[in-house]
Amino acid sequence: MIDDLKTFTTLPDRAPPGSEIGLIAWIRQNLFGSAGSSITTLILVFLFLMYLPPFVEWALINANWVGNERSICDANKAGACWAFIGVRMDQILFGLYFGANPDQVWRPVTIFIIFFTLLIPLMIDKTPRKDILGILLLLVFPALFYVLIYGGVFGIPVADTTQWGGFLLTFALAFIGILFALPIGILLALGRRSEMPVIRAICVTYIEFWRGTPLITILFMASVMLPLFFPAGVDFDKVVRAMIGITLFQSAYTAEAVRGGLSAIPKGQYEAAMALGLGYWKRTIFIILPQGLKISIPAIVNTFIALFKDTSLVSIIGLLDLLNMAQTASRSLEWNGYDIEGYLFAGFIFWMFCFGMSRYSQNLERKLDTDRRN
Amino acid sequence: MTDRVRIPLHRDPKARAIAIQLIALSLVVYGAYSLFQTTVGNLVARGIQTGTSFFDEVAPFNIGFSPLLDFKLGESTYIEVFFIGIQNTILVSILGIVAATVLGFIVGVVRLSPNWLASKVALCYIEIFRNVPLLLQIMFWNFAIFLPSLPAPKNSIEIGSFYLNARGLHMPTPIIDNSSGFILWALTLALLTFGLFIFARRAKVRFEETGRRLPVFSINFFAFVFCGFIFYKICGSPLAFDIPELGRFNFKGGGQLPLPLFSLWFALTVYTAAFIAENVRAGIQSVSHGQTEASHALGMSRRDTVRLVVIPQALRVIIPPTISQFLNLTKNSSLAVAVGFEEIVAVWAGISLNQTGQALIIIAMTIAVYECLSLLTSAFLNWYNRRIQLSEL
Amino acid sequence: MTIDIQANSIELGETIIKIDGLNKWYGQFHVLKDINLDVKRGERIVICGPSGSGKSTLIRCINRLEVHQEGSIVVDGILLTEDTKHINDVRREVGMVFQHFNLFPHLTVLENCTLALIWVRKMPKKEAEEIAMRYLERVKIPEQSQKYPGQLSGGQQQRVAIARSLCMNPRVMLFDEPTSALDPEMISEVLDVMVGLAEDGMTMLCVTHEMGFARKVANRVIFMDEGQIVEQNEPEAFFNHPQNDRTRLFLSQILQH
Ligand SMILES: Nc1ncnc2c1ncn2[C@@H]1O[C@H](COP(=O)(O)OP(=O)(O)OP(=O)(O)O)[C@@H](O)[C@H]1O
Ligand SMILES: [Mg+2]
Repeated sequence: MIDDLKTFTTLPDRAPPGSEIGLIAWIRQNLFGSAGSSITTLILVFLFLMYLPPFVEWALINANWVGNERSICDANKAGACWAFIGVRMDQILFGLYFGANPDQVWRPVTIFIIFFTLLIPLMIDKTPRKDILGILLLLVFPALFYVLIYGGVFGIPVADTTQWGGFLLTFALAFIGILFALPIGILLALGRRSEMPVIRAICVTYIEFWRGTPLITILFMASVMLPLFFPAGVDFDKVVRAMIGITLFQSAYTAEAVRGGLSAIPKGQYEAAMALGLGYWKRTIFIILPQGLKISIPAIVNTFIALFKDTSLVSIIGLLDLLNMAQTASRSLEWNGYDIEGYLFAGFIFWMFCFGMSRYSQNLERKLDTDRRN
Repeated sequence: MTDRVRIPLHRDPKARAIAIQLIALSLVVYGAYSLFQTTVGNLVARGIQTGTSFFDEVAPFNIGFSPLLDFKLGESTYIEVFFIGIQNTILVSILGIVAATVLGFIVGVVRLSPNWLASKVALCYIEIFRNVPLLLQIMFWNFAIFLPSLPAPKNSIEIGSFYLNARGLHMPTPIIDNSSGFILWALTLALLTFGLFIFARRAKVRFEETGRRLPVFSINFFAFVFCGFIFYKICGSPLAFDIPELGRFNFKGGGQLPLPLFSLWFALTVYTAAFIAENVRAGIQSVSHGQTEASHALGMSRRDTVRLVVIPQALRVIIPPTISQFLNLTKNSSLAVAVGFEEIVAVWAGISLNQTGQALIIIAMTIAVYECLSLLTSAFLNWYNRRIQLSEL
Repeated sequence: MTIDIQANSIELGETIIKIDGLNKWYGQFHVLKDINLDVKRGERIVICGPSGSGKSTLIRCINRLEVHQEGSIVVDGILLTEDTKHINDVRREVGMVFQHFNLFPHLTVLENCTLALIWVRKMPKKEAEEIAMRYLERVKIPEQSQKYPGQLSGGQQQRVAIARSLCMNPRVMLFDEPTSALDPEMISEVLDVMVGLAEDGMTMLCVTHEMGFARKVANRVIFMDEGQIVEQNEPEAFFNHPQNDRTRLFLSQILQH
């Protein structure tokens, strides 16, 4: 039997029963979802109430924010002594030379302003002509850095590398490290993927040698043994020795990061490039590297974060980087005893940069992932 | 059959590859050779005699902490210092690896907890500790927190026969001697262990034959503790303890965990755990939802699903990067030099180098120690990955 | 082959699944609306409908992989509630086969099949392996028992997944698009196994777009759209005289080619 054709009518949407929306429902689901969850929440809230208010009082409410003598801080021990950081700020950020010559502080300040005006657009997705910015940052900026920070031209007084310190030195070590490590690392990565066994063996040995040793032994080696490796008369000061050590070390890690990116390129790309009749170097430069480097940016940023933290090791061989400068300041006669503030301040600066970079690299990774999936 | 066409040498890929490799090799060899020449020349010019003769010289400094190898000021030689350094590196690494693994797994699991607050606390932990230089953390804990807040030896915090002060933790150590009671106890313990092992095997066979399960681990654990204690009493409590006692300035007797060791261990643990936690989170998340669903659909309980389906798969993702973290922790223990714990870099590449000036040999030996550790680690990782691949592909 | 299962099918038994007034929400999104469905023992039901219509959600509610908010689901006399004991009891009676197989990659084919027997049914290993081999033979891949899932083809994996469910001796089998992740030549090997199951009188609920299978095997076809059951009927009537304009549109779309 055939009925008349029925038409399909959609039932209206209803709201779920006991409609659980809003703050209360959220709290019930995410903080008191089960007995165990409720207990966890209570314990954590209790711990917060125990420890957070005293810390906030010490660090913010009762803190000594201004003043330029320790007597102010000594009078109020209930709060942190941020005044000390204020007094020593120039020194901690820019080192002894600029700390002692306030009229020269404009030099590092300018260089950082230039650096960030170049860097921030590079990190933003929509910026046009990133290639030009990149070239400016990698080639022109180092020259500017040398002119402004080292000085000696255009009537700018010389600030010798031995006098570099504070965050400025940390930045210089990390930047130089990545700047020189990048090209070496790329060559090593290509070598490690080469089909020629001797080349491969050389690159693998180099990479694994540097990756196998802690940076501190490399810095020791650079600071005590480097002069032995060069003909008499060739000598570098401590900062340059550290830079050499860091560059060698970092190039191995960069190589591994780049290699990861290269191996993620589909085989079809190589085949297509070969089918076009491109030779090895043309293939590599125009087809393989642009793709491989793009994929490996997150990994390179991660190795850079590690390097940025690792630069603090130079304080063990006596350089006055951010960590050592903060420590020295908090152990100076005037401010002896305010270690916690010194470490926290230095730690906060390190944290800000590392956290920012790691967020950036995570975002990039996510974006690359979706790009590849589409 | 056709004759092989003759290719001009410079266009023959094989010939070209050989040529390139020969050039590269000779460049490397030449570089190494000239480096060696310059170095030797420099050494001669500075009148430094490089050699291993200083190994047998007596080391003119003291080493306070050496739990297994004996160090006597005025008798022990440099080469002994070297081995003590290795010993202490291994010791602090093992302590750190154990603690960091436990903490890292806890934080990683809490990170995935359905409780929002707990998950965010774990996230804060991870983001704070992995984004601040380890060296800074070591110094912070040691110089800014532990050292100022712990009392002088005279006012030590006392917990039983344990004493905590700004120099470290003093504790009783068992005196292992050859008394008959002790030997008897050691023997019964060995027998007990063997017995429990057999029991575990039997329980497994029984489980496979009948499907009935026994809580083997709990039974064995309690049996071991309980019987061990009973035997200890029966053998007449054969262990004597060396108990620390307060002398005029410091404690005498017993064992000591120096504060630098503690600070170093603490910082290494907290730092590495943040990385391990991320590995654990990623590992657990890598097990697809479909796996747990399939297991549930078969009627498996939540506990069995986690134990038999999720953990085995997650571990395959977690283990390789975590082993690398273990290696990193070991390498990072070299930062001990900042707080003065006597591991290899501090006593060998630091003090011994300053004393003897034998930079070349000493640095080479230090590097060799770490290279050995990395080679061992990567050999293990290769083996592990190959085993995994065998069972998956 | 043109075995008419419906002709020589066994008598349909008592109701084994009873769904009454089922409503389900994902957050604020109303996925299932007032679903009523009775399944008799031995019945073979094919569920079809456009993507996103809630087919998967419906059958996943039956073994409580999804939680419903309104209405009741009774499986083999057990009312599904929060009670984990009831849930586990139901899951033991109900086997499920997924679109993406969901085999355990770290276990061999044999271990995949014996896992639940050993840990849920508390069976000795030997016995469990015998049962597993029996079902692997039935899906025609006993020789693969020592391999890992990653070493098998998609069709083979899906057959292992079916064997894994059958090992638990379920009274109802749920299939969620078991063939839609497979290459054409593998589809028939899986469908053959399912036809075999139907011949043996297994109660089956099957989400699939294999209309040939539906015609041959099903004794009821259900069409869903927008979270509702639009129409259900015997295959003959369903395909030849759809009663609803929505059904007709859907059929004309999928039978076009
Ligand atoms: N976990 C979830 N959370 C929120 N929405 C969901 C979830 N799972 C499914 N949905 C939504 O519920 C609706 C029904 O999904 P369901 O998977 O049941 O559809 P389906 O009929 O099986 O479709 P398909 O043929 O594509 O498998 C879809 O609109 C889907 O987007
Ligand atoms: Mg579906």
